[in-house]
Amino acid sequence: MELKEKLIASFMAFENQVDMNNPVHEIRSEALKTFETKGFPHRKLEAWKYTSLDRLQKVDFSLFPKEDNDLEYRDVKKYFLDEMDTYKIVFIDGIYSSYLSETTHDGVDICLLSAALTKPMYRPIIEVYFNKAASREDSMTSLNTAFTREGAFIYIPKNKAPRKPVEILHFSTGNESALMLQPRNLIIAEENAELQVIERHQSLTSNETLTNSVTEIYAAKDAIVDYYKVQNDRESASLIDNTYIDQKGNSHVSVHTFSFGGKLTRNNLNFYQDGEHIQSTLKGVTILGEKQHVDHHTLVHHQQPNCESHQDYKGIFGQRSTGVFNGKIIVDKIAQKTNAFQQSNNLLISDKSTVNTKPQLEIFADDVRCSHGCTIGQLDKDALFYLQARGIPKKEASALLMYAFANNVLESVRIPEVKQRITKLIAKKLGVRLGFEL
Amino acid sequence: MLKIKNLHAGVENKKILKGINLEVNPGEVHAIMGPNGSGKSTLASVIAGREDFEVTRGKILFEGEDLEDLAPEERAHNGIFLSFQYPVEIPGVTVTNFIKTAINETRKARGEEDMPANQMLKLIREKAELLEIDRKFFSRSLNEGFSGGEKKRNEIFQMAMLQPKLAILDETDSGLDIDALRIVANGVNKLRSRDNAVVVITHYQRLLEYIIPDFVHVMHDGKIVKSGTKELALELEEKGYDWVKQEAVL
Repeated sequence: MELKEKLIASFMAFENQVDMNNPVHEIRSEALKTFETKGFPHRKLEAWKYTSLDRLQKVDFSLFPKEDNDLEYRDVKKYFLDEMDTYKIVFIDGIYSSYLSETTHDGVDICLLSAALTKPMYRPIIEVYFNKAASREDSMTSLNTAFTREGAFIYIPKNKAPRKPVEILHFSTGNESALMLQPRNLIIAEENAELQVIERHQSLTSNETLTNSVTEIYAAKDAIVDYYKVQNDRESASLIDNTYIDQKGNSHVSVHTFSFGGKLTRNNLNFYQDGEHIQSTLKGVTILGEKQHVDHHTLVHHQQPNCESHQDYKGIFGQRSTGVFNGKIIVDKIAQKTNAFQQSNNLLISDKSTVNTKPQLEIFADDVRCSHGCTIGQLDKDALFYLQARGIPKKEASALLMYAFANNVLESVRIPEVKQRITKLIAKKLGVRLGFEL
Repeated sequence: MLKIKNLHAGVENKKILKGINLEVNPGEVHAIMGPNGSGKSTLASVIAGREDFEVTRGKILFEGEDLEDLAPEERAHNGIFLSFQYPVEIPGVTVTNFIKTAINETRKARGEEDMPANQMLKLIREKAELLEIDRKFFSRSLNEGFSGGEKKRNEIFQMAMLQPKLAILDETDSGLDIDALRIVANGVNKLRSRDNAVVVITHYQRLLEYIIPDFVHVMHDGKIVKSGTKELALELEEKGYDWVKQEAVL
């Protein structure tokens, strides 16, 4: 049975495990119908031209993991940002691990979506926010919505800020021969609230994992949200990340995506600006090797005047890796004085690596500043010779130049520990000891 | 120290150097002059090991060793330094981090430990003073947004830090005002010793008023067409390059 049929057939079993009287269940059922009609996206669709899910659909994924897969902290410590104190929402094979987590209800809610969906006190919040920003047409998002049960729930009330960042970690143990996960995160920052989140998916064995994740982020007036996605998974892991961000007036939201691993990664990152003086920041560093594939699809929809968006993606592609950047900017007719910037710069460091990059601008207002630029190139020979002539060997010199190339994306990372961790990952990924602390 | 014998080099089908002979001994300063396009900068790049140029005939020996199979970094480790005409901008890497990397990679290649941080700091301060460089300069990204003068001063700073046996200064005077020129030349002079040598490549005689050469060579069409002492530079200034071009034809 192909994956689509298997998913649809398993929905009834899923229904037996959830409360069908919950209003959310109607949303699930609707979403399943959408998925049933549309099925998995295929390469004849313009948006999926360069990313094929064909192979994954032939894998016999388990859809409901076993309940009792434990992990010892010492075995997974390195995947946490252990150099600093954080709240932690940890899942093992899709199941919440209270042992590895550190949640809170002290003034802010940093906990589980399953709790938020079932407890009456959260019902008003769920009614206002759940599945409002997420697409109801997109088939992968609908598939996730249909099977919504678990994930992170973060609610920061007006004028509040948690005292430390939140880490959302998904581990897959490989206890199933192949496992499909569909986490669902709901993140709300009310007026003038602040929040920092680090999200990571990590598979621990070479057994295949497919994650189809949906995250909704709501930033109310004056709220500030910084979100960091660390994608450094094994060759056996594939990720389809669907993130929807709804911003109100004067809010600032940034999403940094660090893609250093995984077999296939698709990032659908969607920003909707619903207010004035909004700032949206989308940044990415992609460093790939082997036969890895990363596809960044971004959308920024400017729906109100006087807003800004800033996109800056750097990609370094080695061996047979492939990359895609497709950046869509829509500026509505009333969104005058929009300032939208988009840049995608790519280095091909192997003859067999490829990258496809495409800006897509739909501008209906006449008084806007929109600039975009895509480059695909190789390491600057003059710069390489300059460094070598100073005694820096070619390999280290290349790494230094690649680091310099990716570096300006890190400048906007506001958590020093995250910045340091990422620079270390970059150095490791480039396979060198740089003669100084980055 | 440096022996160049009948050196021919070029790119693809274009011959640029057509039989260069040059010998530089420890303690000497040589000036290589010549009109644009005569091959001066190519000669500098070929000595430093730039792979874009192919050596078709002849040899470069440095302290008796044939440089042919050595990568640019290996030549640097052996003590050859090239001050670039157009230093490259590298955003995100500070001057300090860059020089630390260069020094420690060179030490590593020689089988030495990294230079201790306090010693490095002391050396940086000492050389900064010599070249009248402001401390703020060191936390800036390498060459990014530097003025022409700052770039050249940074090159000489790196030379002072790396203490090469042979320094090749490629058009170090271009883009410098007279004050910067004096500081840079003064820096070079203070670094001179009986054991190291300097090759100054320049279009104009101006720099040679500050860095006094022992020998002056004039290049034209890929060859050294005339050699002499410092008086030759003055003669060139007076008569212009057409004079050597004509002599070369004769």
